[in-house]
Amino acid sequence: MKFDTIIIGGGLSGLVCGIRLQKAGRKCAIVSAGQSAMHFSSGTFDLLGRLPDGTPVDDPIEAISKLDGGHPYSILGADSVEKYAAEAEDFFAGCGIKVSGNAHKNTWRVTPTGERKPSWLTISDFTPLEAKDSAIGSKALIVNILGYLDFNTRFLADSFERQGTSCRIESIKLDEMERLRKNPSEMRATNIARVMDRDGVWEKAAAKVKEKLQGEDVLVLPAVFGLKDASVVEKMREAIGVRTMFIATMPPSVPGIRSQLTLRAEFEKAGGRFFLGDTVVDADYNEDGTVKSIGTVNFGDIRLYADDFVLASGSFFSKGLIATPEKVCEPVFGADLTIAEGRDNWFDRNFWKRQNYISFGATVSSSLNVSVEGREIANLYAIGSLVGGCNALYEGCGGGVAIITAMKAADVILEK
Amino acid sequence: MGYAARDNEFDVIIVGGGITGAGTARDCAIRGLKVLLVERHDIATGATGRNHGLLHSGARYAVTDRESAEECIKENMILRKIARHCVEETEGLFLTLPEDDLEYQKKFVESCQAAGINAKVIDPKEAMRMEPSANPDIIGAVQVPDGAVDPFRLTSANVIDAKLHGAKVLVYSEVTRIIKDGDTVKGVEVYNTITKQKAEYYAPITVNAGGIWGQRIAELAGTKINMFPAKGALLIFGHRVNNVVLNRCRKPANADILVPGDTICLIGTTSSRVPFEEVDNMYVTADEVDVLLKEGEKLAPSLASTRILRAYAGVRPLVATDDDPSGRNISRGIVLLDHETRDGIKGFVTITGGKLMTYRLMAEWATDLVCKKLGVDKKCVTMNTPLPGSEHEEIDEISKKTWAKPGTPHKATVGRHGGRAVQIGLENEYEASLVCECEEVSVGEVKYAINELDVHNLVDLRRRTRVGMGTCQGELCACRASGLLADAHKCTERAKADLKNFVNERWKGMYPVCWGDTLRESEYSQWIYSGVCGLEAEEESPKTE
Repeated sequence: MKFDTIIIGGGLSGLVCGIRLQKAGRKCAIVSAGQSAMHFSSGTFDLLGRLPDGTPVDDPIEAISKLDGGHPYSILGADSVEKYAAEAEDFFAGCGIKVSGNAHKNTWRVTPTGERKPSWLTISDFTPLEAKDSAIGSKALIVNILGYLDFNTRFLADSFERQGTSCRIESIKLDEMERLRKNPSEMRATNIARVMDRDGVWEKAAAKVKEKLQGEDVLVLPAVFGLKDASVVEKMREAIGVRTMFIATMPPSVPGIRSQLTLRAEFEKAGGRFFLGDTVVDADYNEDGTVKSIGTVNFGDIRLYADDFVLASGSFFSKGLIATPEKVCEPVFGADLTIAEGRDNWFDRNFWKRQNYISFGATVSSSLNVSVEGREIANLYAIGSLVGGCNALYEGCGGGVAIITAMKAADVILEK
Repeated sequence: MGYAARDNEFDVIIVGGGITGAGTARDCAIRGLKVLLVERHDIATGATGRNHGLLHSGARYAVTDRESAEECIKENMILRKIARHCVEETEGLFLTLPEDDLEYQKKFVESCQAAGINAKVIDPKEAMRMEPSANPDIIGAVQVPDGAVDPFRLTSANVIDAKLHGAKVLVYSEVTRIIKDGDTVKGVEVYNTITKQKAEYYAPITVNAGGIWGQRIAELAGTKINMFPAKGALLIFGHRVNNVVLNRCRKPANADILVPGDTICLIGTTSSRVPFEEVDNMYVTADEVDVLLKEGEKLAPSLASTRILRAYAGVRPLVATDDDPSGRNISRGIVLLDHETRDGIKGFVTITGGKLMTYRLMAEWATDLVCKKLGVDKKCVTMNTPLPGSEHEEIDEISKKTWAKPGTPHKATVGRHGGRAVQIGLENEYEASLVCECEEVSVGEVKYAINELDVHNLVDLRRRTRVGMGTCQGELCACRASGLLADAHKCTERAKADLKNFVNERWKGMYPVCWGDTLRESEYSQWIYSGVCGLEAEEESPKTE
């Protein structure tokens, strides 16, 4: 089977790269093992929240000059990051995902435990706050679905009250939920959303929520609406009538899964092939050292050929990186990695401190080419969280790195 | 004396909420004494909760220590009766590998029989049928009455019964001073680490059941016990590879016991001397992990491909037989010190050494001495008195009687709490919601633990209910349970600090074995807690243990 480009990994970066190439007329395939990190997304994409020394960042683009040379943003250059960041909003709109944000000014999202984290692009379900200490309103009603434990109303109420918003907590019960409850482990965000999304059910939920209102000016609900179709969220807002803030829940993330499904549909609509539930097992090479083809579990003897290959396989969780007691490796090509030697240097004994292993990943060139044993491979690129040199969690840059490296790699391939 | 003054007066004060202290509190309370139990952390935080959870048949000690072996088998049979909801009757095998001397087996079986342990040689093929995960290369096998025991549940049951018999239990209460009048111990000064308040309690007898930390209690009383902290490291695997306890049939050595327990199994231990200053901060080293894995795979080869959940270490409270400064004559047996005859300090008794297995006997000895000193003539009945939760019938029967349609979460709850599960509300839909999916712990069970079992934080809750002990190591359940604790304590700041502590405590056991799937799980936890939730390190991180 022959494609122009094969992308390994169907998460955020793989899909963005694939859509960009496919819309430019290239024939692409994505090989995806399954769950993407978007399935437990926070509902926003971050660009840069703080510098490696801990300094908070207000203007991400301006802060890029303060990053060290090994950071993916430094490798691409501030101008390039700014250019792609500016395109992102329209890119997602073109895929049917409404996001808003400004690469020169971070906004703040409310986390499931009531913290505030800097963010760049916010999916339209959510309400970005202007400042870390912005109040959400003067009186808030927080409503949960009875028995749903991944939405922590008390943590949220406390955090809102700190900014001067008085809060009341209520819960609603729907008969339609009772089937789920027969097996208590079913009370998960996605399962609730599946029930809620049915016609008649979300209307009922909206009506029950409305009944609970006692003059509050803001309503807070868990983001468990609109698994397939974001319009349910908007229809809920209209039906309730009071300003409604949806807050991200503990995983799985309904807006995250919806976004991933929407991107995948967009890729396939543009003609891309999405091979779900398959794993790349090996690669072979042309005489000039470029990648010739890859083999996968499902395709068996049938090799997948392409002119270019993009590794968007994620980090440890997604098995883009594999750790053994002795070493870390990238399993398909054996890509050169930026890592710390010795297992003692992978971790901090305090979970909450910066963990080095999060920043491990592929060493890339300015055109995002991967090298193997020191030799750069001209038609192999790494994008997304597989790229090393940044601590996505500590710095708050995972979303930006995924989106911007994906766009850049697509452009490098298109310009060839 | 006014009534208020008498409120802090007891017949006996027991220091230490491990299994020995809990057992002694129970025995004393049953014999009619007014008991105070003080523990500086939670119950079962020390060596009690940091071992194999093996219901020893005694076979392990048969060759080297007949006395311990005899004590073990007697207590083994007693615990099967009085603590059935804490015990799993798995049976045990002693396997001889090609590298081991088969001659040892003969001596082993003879010694077992002499100690009263029903050890019988079986065909290796039959052993493989009994336990298919065992190494198929074995050249010999002996069946013994080993089992598994949940030390958290056992300690909790003892504490519950002590309280049912009128004992007062103070957790998070550290003894800061032993109150003395001349040569006589009159009581203890206690600092509550949650309320930050000090209080004094009085009793004619104080029992030091502090395990390895008992050395400090003895120092506070003005005497010295020569303790030799021996660190033992263990690994917990992500699922239950074996259903029968597997031992190596050789002289006791490193990593030669593999014990199944609930949903997991454990291999251990190593044994190394550690300085006393380190007993509060046990870290498992890479070398220890390597030894445990290498030896563990010899017992059950599939361990090589089984995910390791976590590594942890406990400290055995070994004692020099008496003031032998060289420490050569170390006893693994029970050590009961009457400080009146030993050091001239009246009203002070130390019970130490021993094993989880022999806790009841230790409690009996200590209580006998306390009663003798107080002039109370009551016989010990704990060998025949079931612990709370174990009085009743089998799990299925309790479930059927308690709930109209018991599901697996109901049965899991009965498994953990025995007959006391009847007190747990699971009927309404909210109470039946699952907090921990790996271990099937419901909202009702968490609430019961918070209200009835002295649970102050998530780590306590884990010890009572197994929340966060499963394969996910507390990914979602910790946050859910944290919400319930925030409700119960009406304080989210405390609940959040507690959540961070809990995750950190789990991490402490994970990073020594953090590669493969364990690293994947850790990265996921980082994404959830540091990323999605945005929780961060405290300025001054509170202590995790």
